[in-house]
Amino acid sequence: MSAPIKLRPDETFILNVGPQHPATHGVLRVKMEMDGEYIVNAETVIGYIHRMHEKMGELKTYSQFLMNLSRMDYLGALGYSHGHVLLIEKAAGIEVPERAEYIRAITVELNRIASHLFWFGAFVMDLGGFSPLMYALQDREYILDMLEAITGSRLTYSYYRFGGLYNDVDDDFIAAARRFIPRMRTSMKKYHKLVTGNIIFRKRLEGIAPLTPEICRKYGASSAVARGSGINFDVRKNEPYSVYPEFDFDVPVFHECDSLARYNVRMAEIEQSLRIIEQGLDKLPGGPIMPEKKLKAIKVPPGDYYQAVETARGSFGVRLVSDGGKTPYRLKLRSPTYSNMHLFDESCRGMLIMDALAFMGSLDLVIPEIDR
Amino acid sequence: MSLTLLNVIVAVIIAIAFAALNAAYLVWAERRGAARIQRRPGPNINGPFGLFQPPLDGVKLMAKQLLIPGGVDKVLFMAAPVLAMAPAITSFVTLPFSDLIVGHNMHIGILLIFAFASIGGMSLLFAGWSSRNKYSMMSSVRAVSQAIAYEIPMLITVITVVMIAGTTDLMGIVKGQMGGFWHWNIFPFKAGLFNPLMLMSFLIFFTCSLAETNRAPFDLGEAESELVAGFHTEYGSMGFGLFFMAEYANIVIGASLTTILFLGGWDCPFGFFPGVWWFLLKIYLLIASFIWIRWTFPRTTIYGLLNLSWKILIPLSLFNLLLTAGLLKVF
Amino acid sequence: MIFEKTKQALQGLFPQSEKTPVTALPPAQEDAAESKKTPKKEEPRPDGVVERDYKVHGYHLDAQVSPAQLLEAVSLLDKAEFFIESITGVDWIKEDQMEVIYDFNRYDFDLCRVVIRTRVPRSNPVVPTITDIYAGANWHERETHDFFGIKFDGHPHLIPLLLPEDADYHPLCKDFKV
Repeated sequence: MSAPIKLRPDETFILNVGPQHPATHGVLRVKMEMDGEYIVNAETVIGYIHRMHEKMGELKTYSQFLMNLSRMDYLGALGYSHGHVLLIEKAAGIEVPERAEYIRAITVELNRIASHLFWFGAFVMDLGGFSPLMYALQDREYILDMLEAITGSRLTYSYYRFGGLYNDVDDDFIAAARRFIPRMRTSMKKYHKLVTGNIIFRKRLEGIAPLTPEICRKYGASSAVARGSGINFDVRKNEPYSVYPEFDFDVPVFHECDSLARYNVRMAEIEQSLRIIEQGLDKLPGGPIMPEKKLKAIKVPPGDYYQAVETARGSFGVRLVSDGGKTPYRLKLRSPTYSNMHLFDESCRGMLIMDALAFMGSLDLVIPEIDR
Repeated sequence: MSLTLLNVIVAVIIAIAFAALNAAYLVWAERRGAARIQRRPGPNINGPFGLFQPPLDGVKLMAKQLLIPGGVDKVLFMAAPVLAMAPAITSFVTLPFSDLIVGHNMHIGILLIFAFASIGGMSLLFAGWSSRNKYSMMSSVRAVSQAIAYEIPMLITVITVVMIAGTTDLMGIVKGQMGGFWHWNIFPFKAGLFNPLMLMSFLIFFTCSLAETNRAPFDLGEAESELVAGFHTEYGSMGFGLFFMAEYANIVIGASLTTILFLGGWDCPFGFFPGVWWFLLKIYLLIASFIWIRWTFPRTTIYGLLNLSWKILIPLSLFNLLLTAGLLKVF
Repeated sequence: MIFEKTKQALQGLFPQSEKTPVTALPPAQEDAAESKKTPKKEEPRPDGVVERDYKVHGYHLDAQVSPAQLLEAVSLLDKAEFFIESITGVDWIKEDQMEVIYDFNRYDFDLCRVVIRTRVPRSNPVVPTITDIYAGANWHERETHDFFGIKFDGHPHLIPLLLPEDADYHPLCKDFKV
């Protein structure tokens, strides 16, 4: 399956995939130069829902900006808030009670599962299988209900505060989370039976869109894109933050480099997140969820700070350049999908359009998160 | 029975009514079936079990404006949906539902149906070509290559059955299978002929009819996650409605042909009360499996699809043809 | 391990830095208390490599290079198998300078985050592109060009990425009014 090499310019045509296209899951546009069904060249055009979060970050105080982070990625919002609060706490020297950190880890992992479940459904839908999405959404619904009960919202949570949390978890949440773990494990078995073993599904992904570790490195890919290419990189393990060193979990790494490997990584990650939640619930200490001393307006000493966290989509980084004022001097949000998406242009050359769109699905794109 | 004008008109009206009713309620069945498979209610507001949904949808589609985008080839654009629907309806005229219920039985009935099926493929090409849309164009090219690839194993399998029956008359093919399920073409121990590959032939035919009707997992012509909606991207209102109905009418024809060729038509599996009810039961079971397959499997790739046909189905069906010919000679 | 190696390699770019010991550079350890007492000394930081406290700043090595040294520094990191995390700018309007910050990280457990920064005058912000070394820098540089108007010399496709294609403003410049 390789594209013909020599082409006259009048032998190709331009196909605009997007900005409104079912496979792009949002307003993403890929300008493809096609030779029949083969892609000769592709140029991704992003920025259709760019909202300039970074400028908002400079104009708002630290606390005012907090809710913007969850608007970046509507599927895995808590991970992004987590990165931001960790950075400000680190830079401003705010102590966080242990209970708050545990609850953060539990909720982030729940959110990660929810995000992966949605991706799973949408990915199989990209390949033409409709039903798994409904099953995945039902499992995700349990998580959204749980998170709604404690955070008050279903998607764009502003649950974390500098120094702790907005709301403590109650017994209902803990009981629901405990009930959820075995239920999710049963569902995972079902998904593997229904989807992973399906011959058409495997045929469509095996060996498709191989990404070498070298390409991942040049583009700075993270999350399942890197881990599906045999790179053992997970910020939770490589740069332990929060209470993650307390948990016993594995980082699933697959060496096949193809779309199926990326799929397998995410599916295996759900199980690892369940393990973290299980241990977190067992170890959950008592105590306050906010520092004893009430925090006044937050000011960060001048300097340059960086914090990376592993969100559902990869290594999310926040860079803060502070001049000591009430607002950040510069706030840079490094979104993981931005880098993951970038390698699409180079990697999809010579692929069939249907393989390329399956590949795009395996990158787990959330467009607002690319565009910021 | 002499062929009078009245006969033909009545037959065609009944065929249209049957095809349209089937198409409408198969959409309902599909949506309810999909909903059941996906653990959601499906259409259940209009009428009991949502049974009024299809006519209301029809009214909605007909009330919409038929939008013709600028720059399309108008004649072909308008002709394509009609060309999709017309052969589907015409095919019903020759399909025997029982030994009494048949519009007009012909000695070359099966050839007629396949001739009409090719026109259906042409309508996809017209629709894609005339839409002036790159996605539609790609889709129609896919649909045509798919139609060509799958007509071959389908026809070879049909020839096998025709050889066994000794006639191209659909009525005659069914009559050759009367008297209980062990006489059906699908079973290898058909009286006087022992061909272990007939079950495989049935599967080939079934797969091909899935592909010929552009159903998942072979719905590469539509492939909504890649080609938006394929050849009917630019169609709205009843233009889309006709394509949609043609798809379901074709499903009914595919299921009917499978029943007639392999499952004994209106014959009862146990030999008593043969009649149209057995025929309907069989085709709706087959249609239910069509729906089931669609909502279970992801889509194949275009090369996977063509490879399946050219590298697996055609050689296998050819082998079965040879084997059957040899066995017929021996016994 | 890799930290030491990279540090030495990066220090090799600055021949004069052997004379001035690395640790003596001003902003090496700035904790909250100290910086409050001494509001801002505002003497421009000289080019060179500084070790940072990972616990506070989130990275280990902070190298400020001149735009001319940039490509060399980045190729050093490329050879040492770093991956590119992000590129961003900071508008230091008081000092009439633009800063470009490159973040690099490693995939293995030998943790070493390196920040490379370079400063250019605000009136003529031109930095060589590193897209030849890291293909993934392409979008990051386009984004930085969008937001700050920093030109990346030799960039293959420096058109607006996140901003509209006819955008003639650079929203993250400090003199841009919302």
